[in-house]
Amino acid sequence: MSLYLDANATEPLRPEARAVALAAMELVGNPSSVHADGRAARRVLEEARSRVAARFGGSARDVVFTSGGTEANALAIISLRQGRRVLVGATEHPAVLRAAEGAGMLPVLPDGTLDLAALEAALASGGPALVCLMVANNETGVIHPVAEAAAICRRHGAALHLDAVQAAGRMPLDFASSGAESMALSGHKLGGPKGAGALLLRPGLDLAPLIAGGGQERGRRGGTEALPAIAGLGAAAEAADPAAAARLTLLRDAIEAGLGLPVAGSGAPRLPNTSCVILPGAPAETQVIALDLAGMRVSAGSACSSGKVARSPGLAAMGLGDAAGEAIRISLPWNAPADAAARFVEAHAAMRERLALRRAG
Amino acid sequence: MRILVAMSGGVDSSVVAGLLAEQGHDVIGATLQLYDHGAAVQKKGACCAGQDIHDARDVADRLGIPHYVLDRESRFRDAVIGDFADSYARGETPIPCVRCNQTVKFQDLVALAKDLGCEALATGHYARRVEGPDGPELRRAADPARDQSYFLFATTREQLAFARFPLGDMPDKAAVRREAVRLGLAVAEKPDSQDICFVPSGRYHDLVAKLRPEAAESGEIVDREGHVLGRHQGMARYTVGQARGLGLPGEAGLRVAALDPARRRVVVAPAASIPVTSVPVGEVNWLSEPPAVAFRAEAKFRAREVPQPVTAVWDAEARRLIVTPDQPVISAPGQGCVLYDGDRVLGGGFIRPGRVAPVDASAPAA
Repeated sequence: MSLYLDANATEPLRPEARAVALAAMELVGNPSSVHADGRAARRVLEEARSRVAARFGGSARDVVFTSGGTEANALAIISLRQGRRVLVGATEHPAVLRAAEGAGMLPVLPDGTLDLAALEAALASGGPALVCLMVANNETGVIHPVAEAAAICRRHGAALHLDAVQAAGRMPLDFASSGAESMALSGHKLGGPKGAGALLLRPGLDLAPLIAGGGQERGRRGGTEALPAIAGLGAAAEAADPAAAARLTLLRDAIEAGLGLPVAGSGAPRLPNTSCVILPGAPAETQVIALDLAGMRVSAGSACSSGKVARSPGLAAMGLGDAAGEAIRISLPWNAPADAAARFVEAHAAMRERLALRRAG
Repeated sequence: MRILVAMSGGVDSSVVAGLLAEQGHDVIGATLQLYDHGAAVQKKGACCAGQDIHDARDVADRLGIPHYVLDRESRFRDAVIGDFADSYARGETPIPCVRCNQTVKFQDLVALAKDLGCEALATGHYARRVEGPDGPELRRAADPARDQSYFLFATTREQLAFARFPLGDMPDKAAVRREAVRLGLAVAEKPDSQDICFVPSGRYHDLVAKLRPEAAESGEIVDREGHVLGRHQGMARYTVGQARGLGLPGEAGLRVAALDPARRRVVVAPAASIPVTSVPVGEVNWLSEPPAVAFRAEAKFRAREVPQPVTAVWDAEARRLIVTPDQPVISAPGQGCVLYDGDRVLGGGFIRPGRVAPVDASAPAA
């Protein structure tokens, strides 16, 4: 039987999300229509908006639904970067890096956390800035010092955009008190359906749309809303209680103890579900394939549409050198079974034994 | 048994995967991403993976086998593309397919296959691997028009022991396409790949010029006595025996006789004087026990020619093979020289520059 341990790629659908998404699929109306069916659809849309705002500390009217995390990040960055220079963390996700093309790179410390002194120095001179920072890293689960970074940004009058795609649902988040202008979320990383994301905006922030269309989402994102996915996102946000995610910490720690291998970012605060484990001398690609064939779904590097396993620039930015190509990511889903750690450790040991025999022979 | 299949996305390796899966083997598909396809076709924003990778994935999905795309860009750049350009800069005519088979395919994929607990690596090459009294033998494919044994000469015996070439007994390509249709593979009618995969435009000298500018610099065209007859647009455009592109007035009968990288010269001579009586061969890989004395065999000095009778002698100490064809041949340094005994590949190596004395078949080897 296979074991799904790639939650940071996508979380399994939560039953609460499935139920509301299926119900929303049956609604005939367009949320923008004036008639009763339209109003019924809009009610579902606004309910989802309220749930997202409630879970993440935003105001419902400043939640903009998008097609996903990538679009939410792009919408914020492309709009906010007007008239500002952009600074991004060295371990940011391509969704941010590509929207922030030409940005200055902020280094991370060897433990994977943002180098706050470098942020301070970068903001000390130069014009108005937009700083883009992930709350938690997709590959290592390392949690950045967001409050400290926000304080530095505030002191220098810099705008801050947060990519909370991996953090959401796995750790407490309060956008209202974060000091950020905007925060991006992805529905399927919360356990909702794929195809919806959200951008939380500081109240009063005016944002130019990427797609104007019919002026939906208060003119900030045109196009009829993907109601089933959005409704599912709302339900998933409500169901994704960070307190429940703490259960995963025990499983993660059991995996790390069972493997006894170096863990990237182990010195920093990390998400409860993520472990980036280095097996020296073994290409990450070989590990991912061998584990897949043994039924263990893990990943390495950044996924590309071609499906190839590429070396991780994020881990290289942590100064891991060759180990950056020897690390796999184990990310426990919200519904990881209780025996997940034991089963994974056993499969990993079998792989390791075969690789060691091969190297010896 | 668990078998890794190198799937290019073409019809041949797709059929291999399909046949092995049909026979009930535990088939794993692997496709090498060797170069940035978007960059190679010079289309901004195009995916690094070309259509072939998508085709391979589709075939694997259709067959219901696991499939992985392996990023081998940097390995391929160093081992194959770099060697390709270096070879031109040395005044040679490279065969990148041999280097690719030698490194990225057989060396690396055999290692991966073993790491994954596979018992064999299968490819879509047209060649046969036959169990002989002294271990596996590499033999020509049943279809002489498709035979690719020449490109496999650098496969080591250990790699050959692990390799499988299920298409070796196919009577012809049409039969392979029929198998593809029978297996329901969408690539059944896909055209054969052409030329050098990493230069889809065919303008390989642009690439060589970028990596080794000196190979693209213009220089003199001279005769064997050193008389300047004209100018050329870069040595990489020429190979021994070539008649085209010399741009000489009244070039009747003149062909490239040699390339002189030190002086960036293309040496030309009358066509009749180009063939040589003996060919030095280095970096030899033996797929049989090389005789200690001069021996008779057949040899191919380029991919597209019929093996011809030769006498060869192997200097085991200097690790140098000298091949003397019964009839003089045109041989270009950098190309492969592959020795055959009938269908069997005895071994092969890369043709070296310079002239050597013919082997006297009656004399004992050094």
